[in-house]
Amino acid sequence: MLKHMLTGALFAGVLAGLLAALLQYFLVQPLIVLSERYESGELVHFAGVAGAEAGHDHDHAATEPAAAEGAAPAADTAAAPAAEAHDHHHDDGEETPPLTRNLLTVGFLGLVYVGYGLILTAGFALAAQFGIEITARQGLLWGLAGFAAFQLAPAIGLAPELPGTPAADLTARQIWWVGTAIATAGGLALIGYGRSLVPLLAGAVLLALPHVIGAPEPESFGGVVPPELAASFAARALAVGLISWTVLGWLAGRFWSQPEA
Amino acid sequence: MTTSTSLSTAKSGSALIAILFVTVLGVSSVFLTGLAHSQTLHDAAHDVRHTTGFPCH
Repeated sequence: MLKHMLTGALFAGVLAGLLAALLQYFLVQPLIVLSERYESGELVHFAGVAGAEAGHDHDHAATEPAAAEGAAPAADTAAAPAAEAHDHHHDDGEETPPLTRNLLTVGFLGLVYVGYGLILTAGFALAAQFGIEITARQGLLWGLAGFAAFQLAPAIGLAPELPGTPAADLTARQIWWVGTAIATAGGLALIGYGRSLVPLLAGAVLLALPHVIGAPEPESFGGVVPPELAASFAARALAVGLISWTVLGWLAGRFWSQPEA
Repeated sequence: MTTSTSLSTAKSGSALIAILFVTVLGVSSVFLTGLAHSQTLHDAAHDVRHTTGFPCH
């Protein structure tokens, strides 16, 4: 049984990870690389963006108000301190050649999706203990639930962010993130498999709880990256997650439902 | 689920250990990729952390 679980999770995870890597390369990576040029100060929002006709007027007329309200910096002077606050994390990343960087991404996407696949498969085996049979079709639903637990629900409080986005204390955000993933997974399991009103209500409470508590928030907004870029990144990151998780769940369910060798 | 009680108890005992083992393995992989504070791991998994929505920086 252990071998059956491990091989199924490994195959499903590697395939989903490769798909995620392909999607990331074309949809997400260009946005990350572009955002780092803003983060490093090479590009400056408003001043450095082509076609921002109004931006040039604002650049001179509205520099002070923009800086005062902590909005996107309109001049070099405003961009510099923000970039300085974040770029220490990227010193190594920027020196890494693109090929190495992309190969690392492929490797870690494989690792994380194998991890998700192992957790899903462990869930399938636990469900089997309660007499619940998992097929590829159930696996697909579990994959959607996994996406909700590990990406969508945490994104409600902590939106997927580009490099160069201000955020609250890292450990506090990680604690909220882990708590949200666990509460969402548990809540969805109770709603999906509960047989009376009590688990249904308990599930709903678990789903809502992290958002009632609320995610740690940054003290002020002052990102150096254009909002259009950040919005596109958040949407694409979630889309890549949805596609990859759906494929992961379907494959893991399919491998799990194969007879044990 | 139609096996005798003693057999099914023994079976579910080893099954639970396997489930626990696979869960720990899965959680460790996710932790290493997404949450570990090691600077080396952070730098290597940086782009993945951003795309998969893990808190970063």
